[in-house]
Amino acid sequence: MTFILNDEEQMLRDSAKSFLKQTSPVSALRKLRDDKDPVGYSASVWSSMAEMGWCGVLVEEDHGGVDLGYTAAGLLLQEMGRTLCASPFLPTAVLSASALRLAGSDAQKSAWLPKIASGEAVIAFAVDEKARHNPERIDTKAIKDGNGFRLSGEKRFVSCAMGADAFIVAARTEDGRINLFLVDADAAGVERTARRTLDSHVPADIRFDDVKLDGDALLNGAEDSETAYRHVLDAGRACLAAESLGVAEEAFDLTVDYIKEREQFGQPIGSFQGLQHRAAHLYSEMELARTLVMKALRALDETPSQAPLWCAAAKAKATEVSRLAGSEGIQMYGGVGMTDEYDIGLYYKRAQAAGEFLGDDSWGAGQVARLSGY
Amino acid sequence: MSLEEFRAETRAWLEANCPDSMRTPISGEGDICWGGRDWKFKSEDQRLWLERMVSKGWTVPAWPTEYGGGGLSKDEAFVLKEEMKRIGARSPLDSFGIWMLGPALLKFGTHEQKLEHLPPIARGEIRWCQGYSEPGAGSDLASLRTKGVLDGDHYTVNGQKVWTSYADKSDWIFALVRTEPDAPKHEGISFLLIDMAQDGVSTKPIKLISGKSPFCETFFDDAKALVKNRVGDAGQGWTIAKYLLSHERASIVSEGAFGGLNPITAAKASGEMDEDGKLADPILRGEVAKLTIDGLAFEATMRRVKEEADHGEGVGARASALKYLGTELNKRRHELNMSALGSDGLLWEGDAESDGDPARNWLRARANSIEGGTSEIQLNIVAKRVLELPGG
Repeated sequence: MTFILNDEEQMLRDSAKSFLKQTSPVSALRKLRDDKDPVGYSASVWSSMAEMGWCGVLVEEDHGGVDLGYTAAGLLLQEMGRTLCASPFLPTAVLSASALRLAGSDAQKSAWLPKIASGEAVIAFAVDEKARHNPERIDTKAIKDGNGFRLSGEKRFVSCAMGADAFIVAARTEDGRINLFLVDADAAGVERTARRTLDSHVPADIRFDDVKLDGDALLNGAEDSETAYRHVLDAGRACLAAESLGVAEEAFDLTVDYIKEREQFGQPIGSFQGLQHRAAHLYSEMELARTLVMKALRALDETPSQAPLWCAAAKAKATEVSRLAGSEGIQMYGGVGMTDEYDIGLYYKRAQAAGEFLGDDSWGAGQVARLSGY
Repeated sequence: MSLEEFRAETRAWLEANCPDSMRTPISGEGDICWGGRDWKFKSEDQRLWLERMVSKGWTVPAWPTEYGGGGLSKDEAFVLKEEMKRIGARSPLDSFGIWMLGPALLKFGTHEQKLEHLPPIARGEIRWCQGYSEPGAGSDLASLRTKGVLDGDHYTVNGQKVWTSYADKSDWIFALVRTEPDAPKHEGISFLLIDMAQDGVSTKPIKLISGKSPFCETFFDDAKALVKNRVGDAGQGWTIAKYLLSHERASIVSEGAFGGLNPITAAKASGEMDEDGKLADPILRGEVAKLTIDGLAFEATMRRVKEEADHGEGVGARASALKYLGTELNKRRHELNMSALGSDGLLWEGDAESDGDPARNWLRARANSIEGGTSEIQLNIVAKRVLELPGG
């Protein structure tokens, strides 16, 4: 593998940077928040993303996608992290698209992947049922009922679920195994409750009360549904780690610019060693996160058998470092860092939320220990 | 010759010429070949291996052939390294002459100086040590006071150096000496090569908290250094020293100088794993997992920075961030190793030669973030040169 971006990847990153700067700056997130937007993201930004091919970044060309791979998906999310862009990109274009590709039947792929690529369908991905992430702790049940299933259970803080047309839901079948089900958001027995989170996103709790599903709701194209499920989550972790890295990078850049400008005692505060060492330490830690994110994304594209370890490590480190970039940023900004007027606090809040989702640094460390055999 | 032909030839030559016992991992300091006037080979194979590699110029593969090197291109040198690694071949010769003085002479030395000093380094005939720090000049190295007074064809040198590794076993020393007392402090230093086989030079080993060490104090008492053995102009020593320090940090990047030690191995040895094969103490397990993550990240970062450097982005001052990360990580590694060993780690002396190693290595690791520029100095460099923060 190479750590160097190829020309195509560089172009993608550059175009993402300029698009997001124009269309989805931090002020756009503030507006969604202040308007109490019911879904928490901009439908028009989402359809622009679709027009640029982003929504089909992981969809095969046969199904209308551009199929650029996880490195490309991660680069897009990294740039979204830089401008705090809220969109269904991770749940739909990464998690759901991966789930369909890995576990969907041909018919399911043909039905849904083109809709993902075109931006027509927003699909949320529902895993966790308790406060902390644990992909094995699934109590939602899918009981066989004639040719179909009946789904019962509750999912918490499902990203972008308020605007979703459908959900992919992790549930246990009667054999005790975890399977993925495609559930229409409007199906009888589905109840969504919006949860407004600190990062101004609007996830939802979803209650499935004996929801009747057809037989083809089950994603049944994978040899082993649990392996596919775990791989989808790994892909999500690496891509979300890329977003966290973008959050960290922008928070860091803002902070370094600020301490070069802000004067106290008649000189820029960035000339004081106390702050210089904090900034240099943070820079060094970010180097580590940058490496792991790239390593995880490339592993997903090139050596999937190595991906679990690198994805867990990348998620853990990016979580830790983005939180550090936010907290150190606030400290270095001083009092104004605590005000809503300055953006640095918004980065800190997104770092916390993105860190929590799909497993924080503690979870990632535990996973690394398990995968390393201790 | 294409690179692939070079690889095939190199592979065949190594297969034919590297003795079997030189293909086993080195088990400690005693297996390293340092060379020098008084060098005693540890085995006939060690002598043979050095001799054969010297004949190809491959103790210093990328140096020009006229100075005893192999004259290889960067790519060829890399192939040689890969092929040696493939069969587990030991380095035939290690020395501060190869790592430090050589690069400085190649960049700043005259043709005559290169001809005189480089081939004996390449052949392992002269062992060098480095005289930089002084009792009063540590992080503020440029305040050094060892004095050199010009007297005809030589300088008369007086003063004291400290932390001169292996000075008691070395033949020559390259030293920073103040020769221009009236110049500003960074501009009054010269880089002198001094033969240690003279009455005016003496050494004394330093005992550390970890026990015996290669470090020495080195004393100059009217020692002589010929003017022709001054590298660069009078007063240019600081420039050369800075180049060498950054070269040293950059080589940390390419060599991957850290790693190896694994607290899980220690926990297994001390019986601290539970029936499921998990580290019994859950908090320690978490700490070790975070170390594993940072270790993976650090090793991959070294590869990334090297790849980016090869791609033309240069290592530059980012090497300081790596030196900082690597040394702090190594200290953590040793701390967790000691925790995993529990009371077994406290042993200081015992029957086996390796008894006491964990504790001694743990203590020795404290120096990682002091030597070669402290962590604080590295952070200063990152702040000023990478982040371009103002002041100082």
